Amino acid sequence: MTVRSPFRTRASVAAGRLTAWLSRSSGLGRGGMIGGRVTMKLDPHALRRLGRERTVVLVTGTNGKTTTSLMITRALEALAEVAANGTGANMPDGCLAALTANPEAPYAVLEVDETYVPQVAEQVRPAVLVLLNLSRDQLDRVGEVRSTERELRAAIGAMPGTLVVASCDDVLVASAATVAAKPVWVSTGRRWIDDSTACPRCDGQIVQAREHWSCECGFARPEPTWTLEGDLVRTPGDRLVDLDLRLPGDANRANAAMALAAAYCVGVPPHTAAARLRTITDIGGRYKTIRRTRHSVRLMLAKNPAGWAETLRVLDEDTPVVVTVNAQEADGRDLSWLWDVHFERLRGRQVVVAGERCADLAVRLCYAEVPHWSEPDPIRAIDRLPPGGVELVANYTAFRDLVGRLPGG
Amino acid sequence: MGDSTVHIGLLLPEVLGTYGDTGNAQVLCKRLQWRGFEAEVVPVGLGEPVPSTLDLYLLGGGEDGAQVLAAEHLRKHPGLRRAAGNGAVVLGVCAGLQVLGTRFRGQDGVEHDGLGLLDVVTEPGGRRAVAELVATSSEVLGGEPLTGFENHLGLSKLGTASAPLGQVVRGTGNGDGTEGAVTDRVIGTYLHGPALARNPALADLLLTWTLGHALPPLELEEVEQLRAERLSASRRRRRDS
Repeated sequence: MTVRSPFRTRASVAAGRLTAWLSRSSGLGRGGMIGGRVTMKLDPHALRRLGRERTVVLVTGTNGKTTTSLMITRALEALAEVAANGTGANMPDGCLAALTANPEAPYAVLEVDETYVPQVAEQVRPAVLVLLNLSRDQLDRVGEVRSTERELRAAIGAMPGTLVVASCDDVLVASAATVAAKPVWVSTGRRWIDDSTACPRCDGQIVQAREHWSCECGFARPEPTWTLEGDLVRTPGDRLVDLDLRLPGDANRANAAMALAAAYCVGVPPHTAAARLRTITDIGGRYKTIRRTRHSVRLMLAKNPAGWAETLRVLDEDTPVVVTVNAQEADGRDLSWLWDVHFERLRGRQVVVAGERCADLAVRLCYAEVPHWSEPDPIRAIDRLPPGGVELVANYTAFRDLVGRLPGG
Repeated sequence: MGDSTVHIGLLLPEVLGTYGDTGNAQVLCKRLQWRGFEAEVVPVGLGEPVPSTLDLYLLGGGEDGAQVLAAEHLRKHPGLRRAAGNGAVVLGVCAGLQVLGTRFRGQDGVEHDGLGLLDVVTEPGGRRAVAELVATSSEVLGGEPLTGFENHLGLSKLGTASAPLGQVVRGTGNGDGTEGAVTDRVIGTYLHGPALARNPALADLLLTWTLGHALPPLELEEVEQLRAERLSASRRRRRDS
């Protein structure tokens, strides 16, 4: 398939690619965003033009965007080439850079920051929107999660041609996706509920009864057509697909169920998709184990309370943990969320606090009565531990910096 | 409650609990327990009346809609007002401060009645204040500077029945150079979320009022280190700007 873009888009794309190449080859950046930024400046409609010529899947939610996008990308590659912003550059310029880098691909899988979905969706008119989950995250930057839900709801109401694949177990997600012309409900199980005890429609109380939930106002859990049951996914045809992922934890099984449903919407049979998901062993270094001279370090990313709740479940019981936290712009400057994480569950383990804001973490652990010591540099923190395994959990920029510094990361 | 346990009420955490607000209850509870006092956190949800028998009440931050809901609930169930009238200690953070005031107006322009425990009226400002907040503290806090994070749109005006908790050094606070409000044993502050984690003097003031006597000192190295780091980071930024 040949893309016939107007000259302006083609010239802007060329300029953007040149900039991305300069950014990478000079070692100043990864080229994931700056190229898109240049193209966008030169041609403000480039995203629209490059997006509307192919089948686009947008993936959004608070947690699991990068993982689920990679899963869907892998699945769609069974059909043809896929353009994707796999590095987590999920603002409009990152989406544009991904489309620019692969203008021939008939499919695109783009993860999009929750707050940019209205803007990006309006431009690219996606075939499928995947809405994973919504919980508190970066409150200083994004604002409260409930206003994010309202904005998503309005955006979804304005996309009558889009299939919306959404979790029916997340009350906020269900509220946003109920307005979809064509919702596809997936049951992924309920885990983080602290942000959904009050009804997003009327502020009344959400009543739980096993897997069902409802509010007096009539708003209730939609019936799913896809269901995650342990390690199996039940399809709309009532068949069971075994996941058997290489990635750990229930959160990744939930991501996989969403990915199967999304890939099915585009035409990939669930068994084919599941087999392709099993080729994924890490996501940009996450879940990867790095061997060092004296330590083998498993790298994990957790950047908000819901992400942490999942991570606490997959941490190995007897292995020392290094937790590294920054509060850069991309992390959110406000660390209040540390108090919504049940760090009490780290009691009994050897714990080291690291990162630019290890002092905040130290106070949180002090009140959680978790003995710990501090070493701001996470690599030095690893090196000071006795030989053996180490579980390393970092938030966004802390993770990025660490992967950049660790050979093999 | 007849026993010697200190009951710390965590009010409406499902609507006033956006920013790690349970942290304040945890800090108070631990600071009592580590000194040998019995203490217990009692969450009070939207579905139940507010008991008037607790010793200390905490109200956290929340969105406009949630804040209106909280104010309505606390007016309908007079437990908090009754307890405050009997001398219970109250801390309201951010939306909690505004609810404790006499009136507040949200972004939608609608004016709502508060509880009138603080002489404070809140109007929406032009721009959301989202930043580190530093304030000097009044004498009751031994002059220890207040440090925390703020995230609010509201500008609060104090009447004569409330005194400011401190004067803003960096950030917005109430919006007129003052920060927070105090009337008797009711305190409101824009230091949001787990404010007491960074401000042990404020935590201990609430506990001293609750118990009716001074508490033995409690030195936590981690807390001192965090305070020093945040206050010096804020000084550095002031010099740079």
